[in-house]
Amino acid sequence: MGKWTRRAFITTGVLAGGALAVGVAIRPGHRAPKVAGQVTENGEVLVSTWVKIDPSNKVTLIAAHSEMGQGAHTALTQMLADELDASWEDMRYMEAPAIDEYANWALGKGFLLGDADIPAALVPTVDGAMLQIAKAMKMQITGGSTSIRATGVYGVRVAGAAARELLLQAASDAWGVPLSQLDAKDTHIIDRNSGKRAPFAEFALAASQTAPSATPTLKTPDQFRIMGKSRPRLDIPAKVDGSAVFGIDAQVEGMKYAAILAAPVFGAQLLSVDSTEAQAMPGVAQIVSLDDAVAVVADGYWHASQALKTLKPQWSQTDNDATSSESLFKQFDQSLAEAFDGGSSKADVDEGDLPAAFASAAAALDATYRVPFLAHACMEPMNATALVTDESCQVWIGTQNPLGFRYEVADAMDMDVEQVQIHQHYMGGGFGRRSISDSAIQAAKIARAVGEPVKLIWSREEDVRHDHYRPAVASRFRVALDDQGQIAAWENVYHEKHEPAEAPTIPYMVGAQKIHAVDSPTHVPFGAWRSVDHSQHGFFTEAFFDEVAIAAGKDPYEYRMSLLEGKPRHQKVLRTAAERAGWGEELPPGKGRGISLQESFGSLVAQVVDVTVRDGKVSVDRVVLAVDAGFAVSPDGLTAQMESGVNYGLTAALYGEITIADGAVQQGNFHDYLMVRMADSPEIETHIINSGEAWGGAGEPGTPGIAPALVNAVFDATGLRVRELPLSKHDFSDFS
Amino acid sequence: MISLSVNGEQRDLDVDPQMPLLWAIRENLAMTGTKFGCGIAQCGACTVLLNGKAIRSCVISVATAEGGEVTTIEGLADLVPGDGLHPLQEAWIEKQVPQCGYCQSGQLMSAAALLDSNPNPDDAAIDAAMSGNVCRCGMYSRIRSAVKLAAAQTGSVVQTFDPAVTTDLEGADHG
Ligand code: FES
Ligand code: FES
Repeated sequence: MGKWTRRAFITTGVLAGGALAVGVAIRPGHRAPKVAGQVTENGEVLVSTWVKIDPSNKVTLIAAHSEMGQGAHTALTQMLADELDASWEDMRYMEAPAIDEYANWALGKGFLLGDADIPAALVPTVDGAMLQIAKAMKMQITGGSTSIRATGVYGVRVAGAAARELLLQAASDAWGVPLSQLDAKDTHIIDRNSGKRAPFAEFALAASQTAPSATPTLKTPDQFRIMGKSRPRLDIPAKVDGSAVFGIDAQVEGMKYAAILAAPVFGAQLLSVDSTEAQAMPGVAQIVSLDDAVAVVADGYWHASQALKTLKPQWSQTDNDATSSESLFKQFDQSLAEAFDGGSSKADVDEGDLPAAFASAAAALDATYRVPFLAHACMEPMNATALVTDESCQVWIGTQNPLGFRYEVADAMDMDVEQVQIHQHYMGGGFGRRSISDSAIQAAKIARAVGEPVKLIWSREEDVRHDHYRPAVASRFRVALDDQGQIAAWENVYHEKHEPAEAPTIPYMVGAQKIHAVDSPTHVPFGAWRSVDHSQHGFFTEAFFDEVAIAAGKDPYEYRMSLLEGKPRHQKVLRTAAERAGWGEELPPGKGRGISLQESFGSLVAQVVDVTVRDGKVSVDRVVLAVDAGFAVSPDGLTAQMESGVNYGLTAALYGEITIADGAVQQGNFHDYLMVRMADSPEIETHIINSGEAWGGAGEPGTPGIAPALVNAVFDATGLRVRELPLSKHDFSDFS
Repeated sequence: MISLSVNGEQRDLDVDPQMPLLWAIRENLAMTGTKFGCGIAQCGACTVLLNGKAIRSCVISVATAEGGEVTTIEGLADLVPGDGLHPLQEAWIEKQVPQCGYCQSGQLMSAAALLDSNPNPDDAAIDAAMSGNVCRCGMYSRIRSAVKLAAAQTGSVVQTFDPAVTTDLEGADHG
């Protein structure tokens, strides 16, 4: 075994989805007593690592994906039920505990160290999984829209089919009849000849003592009974009666409450704090100083937060005390200009002879697009509850990465991983934010200082000012059109490259193209924000592409279609949205219609947005959306994700803007960081295309395409080209 | 000691009278269905009913609520007769409204107050009553259609008290 550094542990811990998934199938013998002890009770039998069956014949899927409303638990359970031939009514879901056996890195380790024993027949699957793993490694955790397309496809389905084969074999042995005579149906084994019928539970123990097949036969789509049909989400009943327990709801005997204030300027440290007044306030137990923050611990959150306001902290100076959004955008423009003038940059794509194409261009365009920093603003503010003793550290939290948090808390507390326990809860929104362990580490440090359990709750202001942000980004394009209105050259330079690597690329036929990135670092912490780099590049490329279409004298939809020749899947998605929306109709004055196409996380989404610009105000009337995610495991779940993704992207497009002044975030709460509300949320019409191609993601692909379709619609209505988000920065008062 | 009724039960609270009702409910009464989202009456996550009106409990002090009748999400189902859920909760399940679910206690309480004052709200009335409630997961169109569904069903729930139509409606309500 190779030597594992902490970094390697965390990175691979973050492997997500695919890794363990395949592991179930190809690495039998995961039934260590340790695992069974942690996930079974009362006579339940662990048939394989991911499947347990109880004496009353209820089947539980144990999988390492967290639920933040994306419906992954339900969709994964559907996948297992179908492959296993279990009744939906008999199915349950359990989130895997944060232990290595359920870690996504368990298998990744095997792959990376080269000790995995992969049967030849599975190689294509494994190759596919490795691709997903490679992406997940960069994308991280329950994120990257990986639950279904990686864990589900490579893991849960295989686990279900393998468990079904084990149960059939066990029944065949028990009854002394040939396998070929037996069927699995409705969580029962049936002997076709005698009509004898017995529940899975009867064979669970025998099945658990055999190694699962690495290559079970998976069902084909025509055999699906549960996949492809909408099932009521398993987590919804608890979310209508107040009984769902989120991280912020954790109850630990004897706990105290903490409110916290971190250094306003990222990177500043706490020098000292005058807490005289706070100490004397009712309910206050202790003031805890951390490196870059100060917390008040009290008998309740109200007392803690009141006392926090009276603290007078001194923060260290930093190099960024004068940094502002304006100074940052100036820096970005400079970086882009240098790259255009031959400075150093890193190419994503570099094909053809750009200078020649520009030299012979019939027309050329040059435009710069900009987006601001964005906070996630999960509905549930960051929080964590912790109890730390000399021997152990327990954290109660909702996280997108339970195992990763365990390692990171252990590291921060200088403890062994075995000493740290993460109690996972529902998340009141994740969107990437809950993959960062800052509040967990703070809570653990505060709890250690206090010696009692402490629930730390961030105020909304703290949540907005100490996020890890979708970066502010500028992106400059230069395009050469030939005399036919075709794109002879497409050049794009931008900064802040994260993931996915392909986010800035376009699907359209162009002559020469160069897409390159430069470094232009800021002191504002980066975080994956729903759809990550697609959230900005989707806007940049699809809005600018509209400009190109108009400059070429073409209809933006027809132009896209013509440059997607040979890509029938893209064309179908685009055509579906356009046709359903009535593309090409005359619109009354003051109304506009815009279109966009985005490929992200393995799914294709086209959106057509209708707007009205009246009384100086843009309102979004309707979004018609077509999505091809390969196959919709739960059509209603996919639809819900599209609606959610659109509104999340719409909030950003209309209002979203975090600005920096004197090095710190200026916004703090929903009055100055505005959200789309019911009155400005459009009607959203979703059309699902099951192309049968590789299954794609759902949680993120709906987000990137709304902003470009919206600004394209605004252009259609007003002739104003919006190159900088949010829309609220622009003046539409000329339009009445 | 401050007395108030919470979900029909008399509760005595030995707390700072200026403490917002939200924290008394969540921490002192250990009822965590009511959520904290902003603390400044901007998001609606903390919505409860006080004497039948939807209020933001993050900005209403315990002293203000003294002697009043508070209904939280945990008591919503008890506002209608029988053991079942409130028609709004049924509709929320039927329309698969919640995603993360964090805003939904507040959404449901705002909707309950709306239907109480306007049993048959149109889109404008729903927008007006519900726009104080942010759903970061963006489930607005589902919320709107669930409110309408519940409005339609509330009619039938009331009718179940008429013995003449009881048999007709059995199963229809929850089917
Ligand atoms: S927490 Fe009360 S309105 Fe947001
Ligand atoms: S369901 Fe997540 S905020 Fe509304």
